[in-house]
Amino acid sequence: MARYLLTRAWHSALTLVLASVVVFLGIRALPGDPALALAGEDRSPEALAAIRAEYGLDRPLTVQFGHYVERALQGDFGSSIRTGIPVSDMLRTALPVTIELSFLAILIATALGVGAGVVAAVRRGRPAEWVANFLALVGLSVPHFWLGLLAILYLSVATGLFPASGFVPFFEDPVGNLHHIILPALILGTGLAAIIMRQTRSAMLDSLSADYVRTAKAKGLSPRAVIGRHALRNSLIVVVTIVGLQLGGLISGAVVTEQIFGLPGFGKMTIDAVFQRDYPVIQAVVLLTATAYIVINFLVDLVYSLIDPRIRVAGDAA
Amino acid sequence: MTAGARILEVADLSVSFVTESGNVSAVDHVSLDLAPGEIVGVVGESGCGKSVTAMSLAGLLPRSARVTGSVRLRGTELIGAPETSLRRVRGKEIAYIFQEPMTSLNPVLTVGRQIGEVLQVHERISRKQARARAIELLSLVGIPSAATRVDNYPHQLSGGMRQRVMIAMAVACNPTVLVADEPTTALDVTVQAGILEVLRDLRDRLGTSILIITHDLGVIADIADRVVVMYAGRVVERAPVTELFAHPHHRYTNGLLNASPTPGRHAGTDRLQEIPGLVPVLTTQPDACTFADRCPAADDTCRGSAPPLAALGVADHLVACWHPVEAT
Ligand SMILES: Nc1ncnc2c1ncn2[C@@H]1O[C@H](COP(=O)(O)OP(=O)(O)OP(=O)(O)O)[C@@H](O)[C@H]1O
Ligand SMILES: [Mg+2]
Repeated sequence: MARYLLTRAWHSALTLVLASVVVFLGIRALPGDPALALAGEDRSPEALAAIRAEYGLDRPLTVQFGHYVERALQGDFGSSIRTGIPVSDMLRTALPVTIELSFLAILIATALGVGAGVVAAVRRGRPAEWVANFLALVGLSVPHFWLGLLAILYLSVATGLFPASGFVPFFEDPVGNLHHIILPALILGTGLAAIIMRQTRSAMLDSLSADYVRTAKAKGLSPRAVIGRHALRNSLIVVVTIVGLQLGGLISGAVVTEQIFGLPGFGKMTIDAVFQRDYPVIQAVVLLTATAYIVINFLVDLVYSLIDPRIRVAGDAA
Repeated sequence: MTAGARILEVADLSVSFVTESGNVSAVDHVSLDLAPGEIVGVVGESGCGKSVTAMSLAGLLPRSARVTGSVRLRGTELIGAPETSLRRVRGKEIAYIFQEPMTSLNPVLTVGRQIGEVLQVHERISRKQARARAIELLSLVGIPSAATRVDNYPHQLSGGMRQRVMIAMAVACNPTVLVADEPTTALDVTVQAGILEVLRDLRDRLGTSILIITHDLGVIADIADRVVVMYAGRVVERAPVTELFAHPHHRYTNGLLNASPTPGRHAGTDRLQEIPGLVPVLTTQPDACTFADRCPAADDTCRGSAPPLAALGVADHLVACWHPVEAT
């Protein structure tokens, strides 16, 4: 187990290094001279040269990369060229919003998806399955920005049940915070919930007809134990993988959801930066997103190996 | 043996399945019984309804199955009994060992947990006590260093060990009836002998009645007291084991005996003879002998009406055939 984790950690670190190189080069390969973008009105050669010198853009790429890595490791991503605010400060306020939003969305999606998936499989061919299937279809086919707009229209504007936009930090006002974020989290989680539901359903149908489930029944176990302990546990392996694969999609979904609900998160920060060609910010958000992917993948593998004993042992043998 | 001594009585058991491609009749009016401490073997080619018969005893068939007839355990009817009472029977009164030791154990639970589970549910003991009992049971079925094996997952054990785990699980609550569906098919010969030894030992010590299903007549000859021969969902012959091997009355039984190198009969010297043809898959049960199409002695009677299961020669030797092979 320990060796397996070490190998995985090493691979993750390697991927991270590669990702940072790609981010660094990618930004510099983009069309458009950042110096031009920075210069604004004054595009005289002298002004451009001054800007290049100030941001180190005139140095060789390798030197620039060295600086970039050195500073990134210290959490210093430079300052926004639009507002002058340090990128790290922007991240400090934006990240918690997005992390909370995504975390809640995953929580809601997993609870709804696994629950509905199990019901659909166990009550196969009965009304409960049709309802679950219909909801999954809605969750999958309706774009969530539209769901979000509907939710704002009916649950916020018309009835005032939820605030239509804005955000309160959790530590200032926990109740207000949840009040603001629960609706966006639910909307963001719908697609994922639908995917989880369908995967859980098909995995459960497989395991419910497996020989070991028959064995469990033959022991005289209650349906609850047969379904929960025997069938569901085996199905969860599939579910964890799917959730892991979908988390990337969740990050981009968060960008849109934050925009709709006016949440001051990572997504909004990204969109603003892209529209304003704010290079230091773009560089930081892309690098962070890549890091998030890698860390999430690692965590998924970790959970995976906790659920499935066969992986644990295979890893130890390797 | 008197009828009162029967622990399990199966009468006129019929099972059909509703499938997308229509009805499949899997078992037709099967009758058999088990006395305390008796080992009864069920033989027949693949697809003749052995497993379906076994599963229907404790109501383990899928929902698509239509079951009629009677299964009585110590006089109590099990067909149509509510799930809750069946659950008290399963694992405690009627326990199962399944055909596939590879897939019949849950891959994500330790074997100790899987054995302990059946004890926890029927004897209401704690998880810790159940684990201790699981270790005892593992050594009882001949697994070395049971105290460490108890924490193993199924994939860490060999096929033979997994089947022993299945047995440990099945006998955990000292069941009245043990149904072993091809317990040795997936295993090699030496392992096979060991498993049969465990079963025999169990019967001798605890008086467990065992219904053993197999298509290996060698296994039957080795362990069974009585034999039930099935063909296409019906019982075609039923007799004590020595009687059946000495005087098979049904031509299908005869064919089976000729098709396998049974110890003591051909001593493996004769060439194996195959029975020509295949077991038919039936949508309905015809009023005819289902073996007629493969039988050398078949005539219009055989194709026109189904032969009843009736005694021939000795009282407990029953055969369903219009033209039985006479005792010689
Ligand atoms: N769930 C099911 N749905 C439809 N038909 C079934 C089902 N289970 C069994 N059958 C059919 O019932 C018949 C008897 O099957 P069964 O499993 O009892 O055979 P068997 O004698 O145990 O064979 P084997 O030696 O291969 O295990 C077969 O024709 C099979 O296709
Ligand atoms: Mg079978």
